[in-house]
Amino acid sequence: MQIPAPFDYVRASSVDNALALLDRHGAESRVVAGGHSLLPMMKLRLARPDWLIDINDLYELDYLLVDGPVLRIGAMTRHTTLLESDDVRRLFPIITDAEHVIADPIVRNRGTIGGSLCQADPAEDLSTVCHVLDAVAVVRGPAGERMLSMAEFHRGPYETAVAQNELLIEVRVPIRAGSGSAYEKVERRVGDWAVAAAGASVTLAADGTISKATVGLTAVGLDRNVTEVEAVLVGQVPTEQLFAEAGQLAADACDPLADQRGPIDYKRHLADELTRRVLRVACSRAAASVPDVTIQEG
Amino acid sequence: MQISMTINGTDVTREIEPRVLLVHFIRDDLRLTGTHWGCDTTNCGTCVVLMDGQPVKSCTVLAAMADGHTITTVEGLAHGATLDPVQQGFMEEHGLQCGFCTPGMMLTARALLDHNPHPEPLEIREAISGQICRCTGYATIVRSIQWAAEHPAGAAPETTTSESTEHEVHA
Ligand SMILES: Cc1cc2nc3c(=O)[nH]c(=O)nc-3n(C[C@H](O)[C@H](O)[C@H](O)COP(=O)(O)OP(=O)(O)OC[C@H]3O[C@@H](n4cnc5c(N)ncnc54)[C@H](O)[C@@H]3O)c2cc1C
Ligand code: FES
Ligand code: FES
Repeated sequence: MQIPAPFDYVRASSVDNALALLDRHGAESRVVAGGHSLLPMMKLRLARPDWLIDINDLYELDYLLVDGPVLRIGAMTRHTTLLESDDVRRLFPIITDAEHVIADPIVRNRGTIGGSLCQADPAEDLSTVCHVLDAVAVVRGPAGERMLSMAEFHRGPYETAVAQNELLIEVRVPIRAGSGSAYEKVERRVGDWAVAAAGASVTLAADGTISKATVGLTAVGLDRNVTEVEAVLVGQVPTEQLFAEAGQLAADACDPLADQRGPIDYKRHLADELTRRVLRVACSRAAASVPDVTIQEG
Repeated sequence: MQISMTINGTDVTREIEPRVLLVHFIRDDLRLTGTHWGCDTTNCGTCVVLMDGQPVKSCTVLAAMADGHTITTVEGLAHGATLDPVQQGFMEEHGLQCGFCTPGMMLTARALLDHNPHPEPLEIREAISGQICRCTGYATIVRSIQWAAEHPAGAAPETTTSESTEHEVHA
């Protein structure tokens, strides 16, 4: 029977109240959002906070807002809300694709985007998605708000720039005309963490050439985007040949570990194949939003 | 600490340790043992209960987090002596064998039908994809939930037998 070590529990009533509680209870206090990463860790005694500050009453952080050129996502937005949002599907199908394969529908009822990004598990899907979309993390603490790029936010496996007395408040995703995006994951069974996954976002110019392209990988030992692919893709008309080149670069850039989910060569193969697939889909989705552009076959 | 919640329509207040998980609160403190406890790792879904109408895995929710909320367990599905159509469906279509996964499956089914009264078989499969059944192979569970969708008011006891025979012949 897995039971967490003893702790004291308090429910925050607002963002300011949560920040004050983090400040008051200090280093051994931790916020709990959906609890679907933290509670399993507490049950295994891998985490033993003295104080648990429940932020589930912070409905003020549960929102999706198209605000001019950005989509603003409150940190307490649940996976299910992201999956079911028409705005998200229209603007960033990569998020919808990823949400479809994150855990299972019941876990998705609880887990939040804020908890996912702050957990920073190497197999966590939304981190890759946010890297690929050039998202900005809004972090609030006693000294006010900071805006962090994903590269600044995400420091490595299980490590972020969010200090003990700070909260992730919001994720801002820039909206770009003529863009398409996609995510694909290989998992051992429904609801499992990725063996490997890839995400891509592509922007097409009016002449059908790629003006911006970003690829990211999940669970294969790469904490950043596959920046190598940009030089190959930008300025070119999308073709299968180009996707294959990008796939090869992704396979070379990643650094997977052999584990119960598979050996290294298999994961490298997935990095290659999934990169091709997400680029293919992202380009065709981008083309659908740019008149007169069709993607060539072969 | 003291917590209060509405469980199957009844208000309860109890003194608990903050680290008590909702599944143990329901089973051990409230003695509602219809909610099962299986993997303990958020994978099997036998511990599913409805929290404010939404299925959650109660082994991964603190009882303290349910303070002030409304919980429905399998004991709260029937209305007096009348079984919920989902429960009837599981009888009609043989949706269970050992019954271990059944409480969680039925609560997820109830929430699905409340949200989407006419689900496609694929939508049913997706809804229960976070739950494991080691007996049935799932096909009869999907059919049970379909039965409930087709009989939103349930069925009168005397008509169910003939209907189910008909259904089996055509299935
Ligand atoms: C069975 C299972 C399968 C899963 N499969 C996948 C999967 O395939 N892909 C995937 O990506 N994820 C998966 N997850 C993880 C799931 O998405 C979690 O819900 C998510 O990682 C954490 O979100 P949470 O809201 O539950 O965070 P919590 O567990 O509440 O918190 C996680 C961490 O973030 C901190 N935190 C939370 N919110 C904030 C905030 N606003 N500001 C600062 N710190 C904060 C907490 O203190 C804690 O350290 C799975 C989980 C389970 C249980
Ligand atoms: S006991 Fe909760 S999911 Fe298995
Ligand atoms: S009926 Fe036995 S586990 Fe489902």
